[in-house]
Amino acid sequence: MIKEQIQDGLWRQNAGLVQLLGLCPTLAVTVNITNGFALGVATIFVMMLSNISISPIRNYVPESARVPIFILVIAGLVTIVDLSINALSKPLYDALGIFIPLIVTNCIVLARVEAFASKNSTLPSLYDGFFMGLGLTFVLIILGAVREIVGNGTLFQNLHFLIGEKYQFLTIQLFDSSDGFLLAALPPGAFIALSALIVFLNLVNQKK
Amino acid sequence: MAIIDSPAIKERSTVSIVMFTVILALLPSLFLQIGFFGYQILGNLFIGIGFALFLEAICLRLRNYPIRPFVLDGSAFVAAWLLIVSVPANIPIWTLLIGIFFSIVVAKHAYGGIGSNPFNPAMIGYAVLLISFPKIMTNWPVSEGFEVSNFIQFFEFFSFLNTNEVYDAVVSATPLDQIKTLLFLGEEVNILPISFSTLAPYQMIALLYFLGGLFLVYKKVITWHLPLSLILSIYFFSSLLYFYDQSTYMSPMFHLLNGATFLAAFFIITDPVSSPTTLKGKVIFGILIGLITVIIRNYGGYPDGIAFAVIFMNICVPLIEKFTQPKVFGYE
Repeated sequence: MIKEQIQDGLWRQNAGLVQLLGLCPTLAVTVNITNGFALGVATIFVMMLSNISISPIRNYVPESARVPIFILVIAGLVTIVDLSINALSKPLYDALGIFIPLIVTNCIVLARVEAFASKNSTLPSLYDGFFMGLGLTFVLIILGAVREIVGNGTLFQNLHFLIGEKYQFLTIQLFDSSDGFLLAALPPGAFIALSALIVFLNLVNQKK
Repeated sequence: MAIIDSPAIKERSTVSIVMFTVILALLPSLFLQIGFFGYQILGNLFIGIGFALFLEAICLRLRNYPIRPFVLDGSAFVAAWLLIVSVPANIPIWTLLIGIFFSIVVAKHAYGGIGSNPFNPAMIGYAVLLISFPKIMTNWPVSEGFEVSNFIQFFEFFSFLNTNEVYDAVVSATPLDQIKTLLFLGEEVNILPISFSTLAPYQMIALLYFLGGLFLVYKKVITWHLPLSLILSIYFFSSLLYFYDQSTYMSPMFHLLNGATFLAAFFIITDPVSSPTTLKGKVIFGILIGLITVIIRNYGGYPDGIAFAVIFMNICVPLIEKFTQPKVFGYE
């Protein structure tokens, strides 16, 4: 059972590349790895928690009122994550900005609750939330890495916001950031990089 | 009895003949550009166009199209040429190749190749370079007048490859850019320290674009609707501003002779693929590009707005065509 969730989440139904859900944060925050990773982890948390909160109550939720109820639960969980990130790392919170509260409106969270948690029992729902979120996180990290290297010439910039000031040395400067290919750091670069990833995924799927 | 063509067939007009005429019309201005700014642009043309044709062939091969007819139709050739004459001649070659890549692979073939590209390939390449490398793209070589030696240096360049530093790296912004900066700093137009010798090269090249464009109209490669509406539109809107306040806005003639006005009017917006096909639509297209250009030039962050105006209006072409479709005879 869990094998299926792993395959779906990471490859077959990948949230970012196949379902194309949650594109708004995917495109907006992935200017570097740190942002992509942090938002991905936040999304994993929200998805796991929302899936295991919804799954037990799925039989008591009236069909006609399910979306407001789901959203209310998700919103509560996102608020927890939002306040936690604010408490743990203020610079990262500022960098991610509006996109943490916006996880509420992220289609992928509602989509998994609606498509999976409201039809399956708690444990598979937990797996589904985790691996769907993990799949999205991978996409966010790859996009962040590509855009950071090409656009800014750095790797792991701002990582110290996440794990502490003393890890500032982790930032790798590959070339002077004024020589960077600015387009990659701008929104069109996100679209182009994402489409390149989708092309890659389709190529691999075709080969199979 | 003499065998004659049916009267509808007047002249063989294929894509490659059209493109060849366009190149012919561009040649005089290229001559001036070499004279004023050095022969580097020739190297750019050789490498850039070679790379463009190479990418074109690869894309055609990947898309299972016959390579020979499409590479030889000259559309990639002209797109690369237009991109190269719009960027500074002293641009690093790798930057230029990135621009070529975006114009051929992304703007043209990713959208379905010749005939299907909604955006002007040369302008996409230009816009990508301008927003990605603003420092490189706004530094033009300084002209020290028309120098025949530039041509001689070109041949020396080929005979003694890399033996001497052939080009001094004196660069400056284009007049349009300089004036914009000065006006932004609060200077008044009538005391601007822009000398005639700075302006002259750009304006003479622009005039040759104008003459080349007239040649294209004469040869019926393009119709007069697009160029005339763009030129009149830029003239009209910039004179509105000029009459409003002569100390902070440049004269309409300045706007016509500087920047890419004539190049765009005759060679860029007339791209048959990405411009409207209806006559009314062409006029609307030209006027709106002129309006957006004047707005960007006077109030925007970039020195010349034509590239962005063209790209923006390219998206509007389906809409323009929808509303300007001529009525079919016999229908209500």
